[in-house]
Amino acid sequence: MPAQSIWTLLSWGPDGWSDDIAYGVVVTVLLALATLPIGLTIGFFIALGKQSEEPSLRLAANIYTTVFRGLPELVTLFLFFFGVPILLQHLIRYFRPEATIDVNSFIAGMIVLSLIFSSYASEVFLSAFRAIPKGQYEGGYAIGLSYGQTMRLVILPQLLRIAFPGLENCWLSLLKDTSLVSVVGLAETLRNAGVAARVTKHSFLFYGVAALVFLALAVVSSFATSAILRSLGKREAQR
Amino acid sequence: MSATAILVERPPPRARGWPRRRIVGYALVCLWIAFGLGIVSYLVFAWNAAFFAKYAPAYLQGLGVTLSLVAISMVVGAVMSVPVAYGRMSRNRILSGLAYCYVYFFRGTPLLVQTFLVYYGLGSFRPELQTIGLWDFFKDAFNCGVFAFALNTAAYQAEILRGAIESVPKGQWEGAASLGLHKLQTLRKIILPQALVVALRPYGNELILMVKASAIVAIITVYDLMGNAKLAFANSFDVQAYIWVALVYLVMVELLRHAIEWIERRITIHLKR
Repeated sequence: MPAQSIWTLLSWGPDGWSDDIAYGVVVTVLLALATLPIGLTIGFFIALGKQSEEPSLRLAANIYTTVFRGLPELVTLFLFFFGVPILLQHLIRYFRPEATIDVNSFIAGMIVLSLIFSSYASEVFLSAFRAIPKGQYEGGYAIGLSYGQTMRLVILPQLLRIAFPGLENCWLSLLKDTSLVSVVGLAETLRNAGVAARVTKHSFLFYGVAALVFLALAVVSSFATSAILRSLGKREAQR
Repeated sequence: MSATAILVERPPPRARGWPRRRIVGYALVCLWIAFGLGIVSYLVFAWNAAFFAKYAPAYLQGLGVTLSLVAISMVVGAVMSVPVAYGRMSRNRILSGLAYCYVYFFRGTPLLVQTFLVYYGLGSFRPELQTIGLWDFFKDAFNCGVFAFALNTAAYQAEILRGAIESVPKGQWEGAASLGLHKLQTLRKIILPQALVVALRPYGNELILMVKASAIVAIITVYDLMGNAKLAFANSFDVQAYIWVALVYLVMVELLRHAIEWIERRITIHLKR
């Protein structure tokens, strides 16, 4: 086999690896985007629980963040990926003894990343809740809005604006954490780059490409978030 | 006088009975208790003396590897962070640009990719590394882990250091200068004592993040705590391998967190009023 130049290795098509890595990038982005809404929703409710007057709710929410912020991401992932199938198998054996369970690595990654993302996002939401003065709630009740309406129409819009910079950090670490799911076999950027590295023996080249891909994703998302922030500011100014 | 005493704002009365949020709260706490009991009963039920006797020493040894990895890379990273922070704060365009790129690269890419880049990637330069005699260092997975972790944490620590130094008001520099202290003296005697109080919390968070992140060296075949858990699981297919390791990490992180909070309370005692 003739020595392949770097440019053939990086080309698009059967000889090159760009198409495989691009496919991996799509999976990475999809995983992060699929995790985001779930994580944001759970994180919001956890923060709501943490600032509740009810001690039992606070306790339950604090246990959640302590556990999922205290465990290494990799350990959570492995526990979930290997532990849950066994648990489900025990449960399902009562109904259909011959059934087997196989956890999809995308779904497992999505659930684990949502757990981790939500525990970090809940801290951001909590400090945003504390930044909103009590008068906002009282004003909402005074004009006859219910608790749910006050939350949705008065508090949430302000909350999102205050929490935005913190959530941006959470998003960036979520993007980076997606690379961990490659360990349980999801064909995302790092895994595909690793396959290319093993086949071609150009490890530095392909892991470098993977690093640049993650860097590019970070740059793109910082552009996107600054655009969102600018439009939020514009809407603020129009009032 | 008595009228004002009566009008003093009291805390709102605690809700009586069973409002919806209390029901939800109790249900969630019960769920956690059930979950905890489930794990404990699983560990009791699956108690395997042979498993414990075989792997407990390995776990202890792995704990030592994890702790030494984190300690070495934190210290090396702290040393390396000083020039990077200096570069970030310097007025020289080239110097600050270089430091910015360094920080951006290491904070913008996953630590796993950086570790792979060092462990597998540097293998591409084996002949060159052999000629300068560094191959023996990079042959070992533990050294590669320390190298990657130190580079990574140096970027984060440089930002912490910079933020802390910049949080000290400029008047402190000017005051010190007017007393005739030169720059290094000012930094050592005036700025750093104030900056380190600010920096303690982020440094503690960075330490906790490093302890958690150190689990990924298990992927490059280092037998740290997580590496031993992987090995135990591969040999026994017993999930308790991962449950034990999760408990150890959780205890470690909680201990660190409380220790840092305790230190912070101690050193900010003069700021409380």
